[in-house]
Amino acid sequence: MSQSGEKGKFPETAGYVGFANLPNQVHRKSVKKGFEFTLMVVGESGLGKSTLINSLFLTDLYPERYIPGAAEKIERTVQIEASTVEIEERGVKLRLTVVDTPGYGDAINSQDCFKTIIQYIDNQFERYLHDESGLNRRHIVDNRVHCCFYFISPFGHGLKPLDVEFMKAIHSKVNIVPVIAKADTLTLRERDRLKRRILDEIGEHGIRIYQLPDADSDEDEEFKEQTRVLKASIPFAVIGSNQLIEVKGKKIRGRLYPWGVVEVENPEHNDFLKLRTMLVTHMQDLQEVTQDLHYENFRSERLKRAGSVQSNRVVEEEVMDKDQILMEKEAELRRMQQMIAQMQAQMKMKPGDD
Amino acid sequence: MIPQTRSLTTSTPIYTTQDLQLEVEVEASVQMEEREGEDGVEQPPLCPIDPNTQGIIKGRDLFGYVGIEAVLDQMRRKTMKAGFEFNIMVVGQSGLGKSTLVNTLFKSKVSRKSCTPNYEEKISKTVNLQSICHVIEEKGVKMKLTVIDTPGFGDQINNENCWEPIVKYVNEQYEKYLREEQHVNRKRRIPDTRVHCCVYFLPATGHRLRPIDVEFMKRLGHIVSIVPVIAKADTLTMEERLEFKQRIRQDLEANGIRVYPQKEYDEDAEDRILNDKIRENIPFAVVGTDKEHQVNGNKVLGRKTKWGIIEVENVAHCEFANLRDLLIRSHLQDLKDVTHNIHYETYRVRRLNESNANGLGLSALSLENGTFDKNEAESQL
Repeated sequence: MSQSGEKGKFPETAGYVGFANLPNQVHRKSVKKGFEFTLMVVGESGLGKSTLINSLFLTDLYPERYIPGAAEKIERTVQIEASTVEIEERGVKLRLTVVDTPGYGDAINSQDCFKTIIQYIDNQFERYLHDESGLNRRHIVDNRVHCCFYFISPFGHGLKPLDVEFMKAIHSKVNIVPVIAKADTLTLRERDRLKRRILDEIGEHGIRIYQLPDADSDEDEEFKEQTRVLKASIPFAVIGSNQLIEVKGKKIRGRLYPWGVVEVENPEHNDFLKLRTMLVTHMQDLQEVTQDLHYENFRSERLKRAGSVQSNRVVEEEVMDKDQILMEKEAELRRMQQMIAQMQAQMKMKPGDD
Repeated sequence: MIPQTRSLTTSTPIYTTQDLQLEVEVEASVQMEEREGEDGVEQPPLCPIDPNTQGIIKGRDLFGYVGIEAVLDQMRRKTMKAGFEFNIMVVGQSGLGKSTLVNTLFKSKVSRKSCTPNYEEKISKTVNLQSICHVIEEKGVKMKLTVIDTPGFGDQINNENCWEPIVKYVNEQYEKYLREEQHVNRKRRIPDTRVHCCVYFLPATGHRLRPIDVEFMKRLGHIVSIVPVIAKADTLTMEERLEFKQRIRQDLEANGIRVYPQKEYDEDAEDRILNDKIRENIPFAVVGTDKEHQVNGNKVLGRKTKWGIIEVENVAHCEFANLRDLLIRSHLQDLKDVTHNIHYETYRVRRLNESNANGLGLSALSLENGTFDKNEAESQL
């Protein structure tokens, strides 16, 4: 009740308890504590990932960039590079970790390139699980990957096989936000066509990307409209740049071409602002989904596996992804067919089933 | 109809018919005139008939007009009648604008996408080569253009050996030509399906060559003339473009990849200067489109975006005009010559050596990658 006096908004009225101020208390505490967010960027080399991250957060996370030559790339495997930066805005501290994956999709044979990435994600979950089960749980550092920006090349006609395989492999572990990179190479019509194509292919392959939550009914119209617009623009077609260019007397971030200037923050040119809005307004939701959905999936799977007495196959069938179940069933089917063939060859009796 | 020798100084062709027989007569008559000139004048014979001196006589040294330059006109007419053949192969990942660029280059719908109705852009599982043939005509000159497309190249997760079908195809064409050449009764004009030029599309990443680019160009640089281009270059600013090109050139040199125009095949200083200028600019950064827009009252080919119109034929915007000039306007015949004189000969030497090493005649050998034609072997015996 003493806190209501602080704001001066809620004088002593009858029946007023005062816990409506709880959000303010939470707000103050979290501002003090600061926020943690881990963002992973995945995509082929040269799609503008680093530029986009720098543009989004108005920092320079990659000051001395070394681009390896093709010969070096042949031997390289996918690396994981995590860089952390503390950003502060109006008293709110954000500890942002950007996990980069150089080498993804570079090699001629990209069959194994996402194993490293999946391992990293699992490791972060593992570590959190371990900390959570430990004795001292006061300062658990949350390094789990909250969001993954997957960069789709604008040059293709839709998703590439590598894109599909990768997204299918991680959609149960992390929130995927597909992003069309270097969108200044597309005209408006091409962009719409590509977006529709990508959404169709995502639906076709059953990939679960991050769904923006609908606005609550008690939010104002503006917010609802914004959410609707955001949802309709996925995947976001973005352009990144940190170069300042003078246009009509103002200095804005953009890219200067002989035929015109592409403005990064112009909603007519690209979806950069929408992406930033989405990230910023839904950062909390991304963290929640990671905690409630992906982490819990991981946790239950791990605990079951650790505590199981039965054969591995039965346990794993229960908790594995549909794809893996399908693969197992196919392998089993093949074995059975072989057995049947053998039996038929030997005895010409009715085949026994398992 | 028989021309007078003196009036041949005019530059317009006097012969109006295109009759083959008449050409032969005319040639003979011109030669006769030459000989008459020798006998009829009091001056010493035309050539200082000393075979040991430098035998090149310049036009101004001749004592009269001979008409040797008329052979150019004859050549021109013959080749115009016969027409040209040009086979161009486009290689690159799906979606890099290969078909659009080919259509833009030849200002007609020659790509596979324009020829197949209800075309759906699906990524194919293997690399299969499709060749489409068109006859284009411009000002009486006919060109039989074959575009060989390679859908499926570099699109899979595992792209190992995706260049093998292409290498196989190129070698097969050489083999076909070789066999035709070796026939006892060979055709007057051997149909030329050899790949004269391979345009390799690099995605405009702005970084460097990717491993798949290096591998492909290394292997194909030995057997065909490769022209690398930066596709969809409207995503690079001018500085990025320059840097990208520089890094690519460094990578090409570091890996020993020879692209067209190759330094070794420059014939003289003039060629070298011209080709050096080209070599400084490869790979060309191109943008292709078949849509037209109004710019300053003119209709131009371009891509319209919210921030401006990218004019395809404007050299300040992209280098499409340079590529077109190289491929069609200035170096088309050179491409064919290099293919015939160098790449094909290399292949031929290799094959003949192989057959000698095996101790058999070429007739008994099977095709490099496949079929053995017994009838052909027998016909050569």
